[in-house]
Amino acid sequence: MLEARDLVAYRGDRPVAHAARIDLAQGEHLALLGPNGAGKSSLVLGLATLVRTDGELRYRGAPVRDADAYRRRIAVVFQRPLLLDRSVRENAALGLALRGVAKGARDARAENELARLGVGQLADRPALGLSGGEAQRVSIARALAIDPEILFLDEPFSALDAPTRETLIADLAHVLRERGVTTVMVTHDRDEALSLADRIGVVMNGELRQLDTAEAVFGMPSDPEIAAFVGVENVLPARVERATEELTYLRIADQHAEVTEPPPSGDDFPLLCVRPDDVVIARGVTTTSARNSFTARIVRIEPIGRRMRLVLDCGFPLIAHVTRQSARDLALEAGDQVVASFKATVPHLLPRIRH
Amino acid sequence: MDLILQGIAGAVAKIASGDPDVIDATVASLVVSGAATVIAVVTGVPLGALIGLTRFRGRRLLLSLVNTGMGLPPVVVGLFVVVFLWRSGALGDLDWYCTRQGMVIAQYLLAVPAVIGLTAIALQSVDPLLRTQLLSLGATRWQAAWLLVRESRLLVLGAVIAGFGAVISEVGASQMVGCNVKGDTRILTTAITLETSKGEFGSAFALAFILLAIIFGLTAITTYAQQGRHARGT
Repeated sequence: MLEARDLVAYRGDRPVAHAARIDLAQGEHLALLGPNGAGKSSLVLGLATLVRTDGELRYRGAPVRDADAYRRRIAVVFQRPLLLDRSVRENAALGLALRGVAKGARDARAENELARLGVGQLADRPALGLSGGEAQRVSIARALAIDPEILFLDEPFSALDAPTRETLIADLAHVLRERGVTTVMVTHDRDEALSLADRIGVVMNGELRQLDTAEAVFGMPSDPEIAAFVGVENVLPARVERATEELTYLRIADQHAEVTEPPPSGDDFPLLCVRPDDVVIARGVTTTSARNSFTARIVRIEPIGRRMRLVLDCGFPLIAHVTRQSARDLALEAGDQVVASFKATVPHLLPRIRH
Repeated sequence: MDLILQGIAGAVAKIASGDPDVIDATVASLVVSGAATVIAVVTGVPLGALIGLTRFRGRRLLLSLVNTGMGLPPVVVGLFVVVFLWRSGALGDLDWYCTRQGMVIAQYLLAVPAVIGLTAIALQSVDPLLRTQLLSLGATRWQAAWLLVRESRLLVLGAVIAGFGAVISEVGASQMVGCNVKGDTRILTTAITLETSKGEFGSAFALAFILLAIIFGLTAITTYAQQGRHARGT
């Protein structure tokens, strides 16, 4: 549906974001994930032809030449609701009014979308008097009222408090599934991306560095920076000792590890990536199927949300996440000796040298 | 003090009796300043919007010229307009010297910098992302500009009132270009000047009260509109 090749988005005269290739299929939900200031919003504004771009942008197979005509097939929701000083109904109907839709028809469609987003009862209220969550629902209703073929969402939840955000994400996910609208969403929140997206693109330092399924991005990040951003806290320098058809044998500091993934071609010194959630903690040596077990000392225990983060010293640093209940059951304390394990099927090997 | 009290008493009598000279001067003021302001709005608001919303080479220079224009001395404007309208001047064929049309030109030149400059400032204060949002909703550049002018309408209204206020109170240019012809180009300010020079304080006060009432009315409308907006929760 939308194809970008070597797309560069500018802010003023300055190139700020680049994507070598994006292919967006009809009905697909794509999330662009990355830290603040990475260039995700600029990339989305480029895809929406709202900033100057270089490169190729094709919509339904044809190059986008008439930006006004293209923009009449899309809609963008920004971080702030950006409502006009009019009634909620008039705001929701604004895109339709700009397309010359008669008042009766556009009011009916606007009211329908407002109701779908749970703010139908606010139709007669002045839009500038709404709460943040209500205003953002009106902004989304305004975008959906024009029945866009592609909906771009530029961090639309980031200014909302947590409960409002969670409810709105759930409602929007429902509406988007129901309508089958093709969506590109910008977020720096991994959970938001996972809630709404089929595929995830990671933008770092102005470059779209990886675009793949959520499983691939979170399980097999393509470089150490992405690994760190998607929560793979353990990125350990390793050396390949030998590789068979079944296993790759590695050395990490003074320890040995085994993984099922073959070593990256031409790189005998890969980086071994393990998510903290995949590390299992036991009080003593137990017989399990895990091929990798290390005696470790707990350096530090930190609460993070509903879990505990353990910083371990196994001869190399290792991070593990356990539930608070597990931490209580095992009576874990800083300084304790434990056994940390992970299965050979879990780690992902990254080439240390980027080609 | 006695002169002031006598003047006020005379003013009340003239306004109450519907003195024809006072009425003529009031109507002439409203017509001339109203026409000059309308033309200044029609030409100045789009130009102010262009300066406020877009970036182009020479924009800062243009804005500086506009800001300078806001401080133009009315007598200097009057001098230039008289020179142009003089029989041998570039616009002498129009025969607009000592006419209301000539006064409208002079007052337009005094009003339009305020309308342009304050409209530009009003639109520069609008969130730049709002324009992007309107374009993303399918607005053309013209539609987006119009919606942004409407969105900042109270500030633009302020620009319009500033323009009108600049010319309704002005005396120098109108005196020079209009020649203060009784029943035609004599407006409130030029009539006040004349009546004061004659020692007719009753007439001068009557004209002054009406001028003040017009200015107060405009200020009240602006204030009411702005406070009304705040009361709606903006």
